[in-house]
Amino acid sequence: MTEVLPALYALMLFMLIGAIIAVETRDLLSSVLCLGAVGLALAVVDLVLKAPDLALTQAVVETFAVVLMIRLVVAREDTTREFTGDTLHVAFVSALLVVLLLISWQCFEGLRPVGDPLMTMGNEYLEAGRATGAANRVTAVILDFRAYDTLGEATVIFVAILGCYALLRTRGKTEPQIHADERE
Amino acid sequence: MRGMTFIVQTMVMFLIGFIMLFGVYVVITGHLSPGGGFAGGVILASGLLLVVLAFGADTVRARLGHNLAVTWETLGAIGFLGIALLGFIAGTFFAHFMRPASGFRLFTGGAIPYSNIAIGLKVGAGLFGAFLMLAAFRAGEKGSGDE
Amino acid sequence: MHGVVPYVFCFLLFSVGAYAVTVKKNLVKVIIGVLIMDNAMNLFLILLGYRVPVSGEAAAPIETPALRGEEFIAHSVDPVPQALILTSIVIGLAVAALMVVMAVRLHEKYGTFDLTEIRKLKG
Repeated sequence: MTEVLPALYALMLFMLIGAIIAVETRDLLSSVLCLGAVGLALAVVDLVLKAPDLALTQAVVETFAVVLMIRLVVAREDTTREFTGDTLHVAFVSALLVVLLLISWQCFEGLRPVGDPLMTMGNEYLEAGRATGAANRVTAVILDFRAYDTLGEATVIFVAILGCYALLRTRGKTEPQIHADERE
Repeated sequence: MRGMTFIVQTMVMFLIGFIMLFGVYVVITGHLSPGGGFAGGVILASGLLLVVLAFGADTVRARLGHNLAVTWETLGAIGFLGIALLGFIAGTFFAHFMRPASGFRLFTGGAIPYSNIAIGLKVGAGLFGAFLMLAAFRAGEKGSGDE
Repeated sequence: MHGVVPYVFCFLLFSVGAYAVTVKKNLVKVIIGVLIMDNAMNLFLILLGYRVPVSGEAAAPIETPALRGEEFIAHSVDPVPQALILTSIVIGLAVAALMVVMAVRLHEKYGTFDLTEIRKLKG
């Protein structure tokens, strides 16, 4: 555990600073690029914590998300007004988050330290996973032991993409316009 | 959305084969090595996204139309559901109906490689279709919007 | 107490995202806040699954010809949180695509990303 902690702390500090810059900076393109840096640091953290599947997936998903956000942001200017007299709102939300951190201090004391978790079901999945024939135990869990959850997740992605199609359709509106113009 | 210069288009034409091959590799050997259907599907979608960025959305929409993305996405979804329903041969929903071989070979793992291929097709084609519609969307197009 | 500090970092990252969603007036900053919260929750679950064996160092949950059998089960990290997060990452991408599409439509209709302008109901 001690050999992984310095790298973990450095990467998490990098993620925190990147997130704060992404939220606070005024230029939209810079904040989108900082979001990309946060995701990439998360991929490196996955490598340090011995999860290569997640590192690969996080890296490519982060690339795709940054390209999507740049498509949104480019050539559209930021026309939001400056903060005028809204300090009460900011102070209230910040105080609420600090109170939440203090309340959850008890939960942090109850958690086991990193590297010594409470769960023991992992051993049973690892032993029974030999019979599925998949050397990658994570794939065995996704597609064999918990395949129903994967079916639900495929459905969620399908519905989200259907929502994108429905929102971006522009052809369906020309027909009623033509008939309405002809009727007049 | 316009495409890019001739140099970029030529380099993309050289690279796109390798990117798609790598995506297919990650999908197929998902049960032996890190990867699987989700990561491989996003890699395939990223390769097609590179084509859209380099050649312009209108060109891609004329060649690989929107119907292609929708067709492959629904084929992937129906394929995954079909593997689930075929489990009824062995008794219940999603049961193992193929006997896995032992060892670290490619043709092992029961129905896991086929599920990986179905999910890779679904995720890849779906994300490519969504990005193609977003890139081809132009404000003020005839019939768009409400006024 | 010293081993719990990574969880506190996760909570701080999550609160940065929550601050962005509740306080910011720019629509793009709200979307960035949601994505930061997503990353923070995935990091928390990965940290929960990390497991160090009593001797030697932790290994990835992939059985190789070099590390197999009983030794593999003793050294590997927990595969179940990793499996759940794998689906969560791709769902986060699909939700981000949907949010971006909604933002594009809103900008086309109202001409700005400012939430105070969008909230005024125009008859």
